[in-house]
Amino acid sequence: MNWSIVQQGIPTYEKAFMITLKLSFWGILGAIIVGLIVSFVRYFKVPVLQRILGAYVELSRNTPLLIQLFFIYYAFPELGFKISAEASGVSGLIFLGGSYMAAAFAGGLEGVPKIQVESGRAIGLTDWQLAQYVVLPQGLSLSIPAIAANVIFLIKETSIFTVVAIPELTNTALDQIGMLYDTNEALFSLVVGYAIILIPLSILLTWLERRARRGSFGN
Amino acid sequence: MAHSGINILFEGRNMVRLLGGLWISAKIAIVAIVVGLILGLILGALRTLHNPILRVILRLYLEFFRVIPTVVLLFLFYYILPQNFNINMGAESMAMLVFALWFAAEMSDIVRGGIISVSPHQVDAGKAIGLNRLQLYYYVLIPQSIQLMIPATINLVSRIIKTTSLLLLISVMDVINIGQQIIEANGQRYENGAFWVYGFIFILYFILCYPLSLWARHLERKEVVTANG
Amino acid sequence: MANELLTVTHLVKNYGKKEVLHDINFTVEKGSVTVLLGPSGSGKSTLIRCLNGLEEFHGGQINFEDQTITPGFKKWQPLRQHIGMVFQSYDLFPNRTVIDNILLGPLKVQKRDKNEALAQARQLLKEVQLSEYENAYPRQLSGGQKQRIAIVRALTLNPDFMLFDEVTASLDPEMVRGVLEVIEGLAARKMTMLVVTHEMNFAKQIADKVLFLENGKIVEESSGHQFFEQPQTQRAQDFLSSMDF
Repeated sequence: MNWSIVQQGIPTYEKAFMITLKLSFWGILGAIIVGLIVSFVRYFKVPVLQRILGAYVELSRNTPLLIQLFFIYYAFPELGFKISAEASGVSGLIFLGGSYMAAAFAGGLEGVPKIQVESGRAIGLTDWQLAQYVVLPQGLSLSIPAIAANVIFLIKETSIFTVVAIPELTNTALDQIGMLYDTNEALFSLVVGYAIILIPLSILLTWLERRARRGSFGN
Repeated sequence: MAHSGINILFEGRNMVRLLGGLWISAKIAIVAIVVGLILGLILGALRTLHNPILRVILRLYLEFFRVIPTVVLLFLFYYILPQNFNINMGAESMAMLVFALWFAAEMSDIVRGGIISVSPHQVDAGKAIGLNRLQLYYYVLIPQSIQLMIPATINLVSRIIKTTSLLLLISVMDVINIGQQIIEANGQRYENGAFWVYGFIFILYFILCYPLSLWARHLERKEVVTANG
Repeated sequence: MANELLTVTHLVKNYGKKEVLHDINFTVEKGSVTVLLGPSGSGKSTLIRCLNGLEEFHGGQINFEDQTITPGFKKWQPLRQHIGMVFQSYDLFPNRTVIDNILLGPLKVQKRDKNEALAQARQLLKEVQLSEYENAYPRQLSGGQKQRIAIVRALTLNPDFMLFDEVTASLDPEMVRGVLEVIEGLAARKMTMLVVTHEMNFAKQIADKVLFLENGKIVEESSGHQFFEQPQTQRAQDFLSSMDF
């Protein structure tokens, strides 16, 4: 391992690191929004839409991100939708993550005890008020550990973006290996890059899970 | 005149090649699952022993495979083994190794979770009739927790099938890699070649994974019912 | 007949193919306390939950004030502010403080003035001796305190009718008294109530009317005094003698 090569590479990896973070951020944000919509539609059993989104969830969960990404990046332009590599990456992450986030929210919403819903009804809340004041605040806080786990999962999945040549961390490392043969140095920088993002997150996740097990509410 | 796109799948030996690619992915997945299952069971059981050093080591093993993206794991093994340890294996065997170790890591957590959920009274009862520790695991703990582990294991199998899509990255001739070649070779002559080829592969994966997820969900639901009943 | 707040006629409820409430008929007069007694599994909770639409029913009708409710009725939500309910299991919202639990209905459902609702809530909290817990979260309260808050939460909507579904059944014995006293206080102020309870002494003291339910049927309906002194049916006699009070 040649440390000066690692050092020289820092600015390049810094850029790649920021790209990984940026794409993760938009992908995860989009996935959370999609997940919320899907879980609400299914929770409130909105007719028709419920079935369509149910099909989306199955397609999203039962196919790999890589092929989803290829489809968006290569097949969509054939159908007339030209899309940049970064936009495909983010769209792919949203398509994949949306169903995982939906499952996380659904778990939380289902975890809200039935008596809470009934007592909300008993004081005359409308369905929307019930969602706003009772089900959502409680359900969302129950789903936090699962959401955190999905955040980690989705950040890791951004490594697949390399297949559409987005210069994120993995792609940058592969470039360095391919062009300069600095294999050890490139892999070292790559692992460090992900570790900086993922280790704090997974420590946070462990903490959240422990807190959830102890029951932060407890009636 | 470009041909209608769907025929790209059926021209020449294209379909046979695609399915051949799928078989490579399947072969790698099957080996990884079998090895990972056995190793995962052993490691999971070991993680329930009260040996702090073993626990820390196995936990680190799990976290290593869990924190690092699978793509990066593949490249670590792909580049580091031959260069630094002089171990040369084909890309396929290397993928089997990485996936098996990954599967074992995740499996060990499922097994551990299942075993520690068995009531401690069962352990006491087993000890009381004179079972030794191995017998305790074999006759009491594992049989009672296996039902709990099955849905999570099915989901893990489905995950590894989806992960085989990454084989492309280390130049294994998997279904996606072959799909790419077919598009490159025939793309000029067909409209929407990428749409049909990638769409076909998309559906192939779906056909493999969807039944698994239905099965896992069915078992989970059954479990809830028995637990309540 | 202007004195009737609630009339239930020929009410039927099914769970799937099984009929669980058969031809239920009774009236509740304004300002009276009706106690619903019966062995567990007799359908008491199901019946009381039909009265504010938490369970749907499949035959007959309910008349509440000037509203006629038939099977498939959809407009329960605006009606529920007139029908307060307190449950057996603690039902305060754990994510809201005591005062926010109480004010949720008055502010969001009834759109009342905050100061006015707050003043009423504080007055009621004072009456149940829990003023100092205004800003506590439910998890900081004992079971008995939670139930008293739940009663206040229902009362702050100024309901015309209160439903109590075994509100002391989950409580430690020493907490039961405090909750029952609150309900007795309401009876003294002529709140119309329907009470499901297993506390016989309390029932005897508070009931203007008793409905004795068994296997989903009203087996006996009599005044509170008569039911406890001279039950008419063998079923009710057996039930009373099995209860230890």
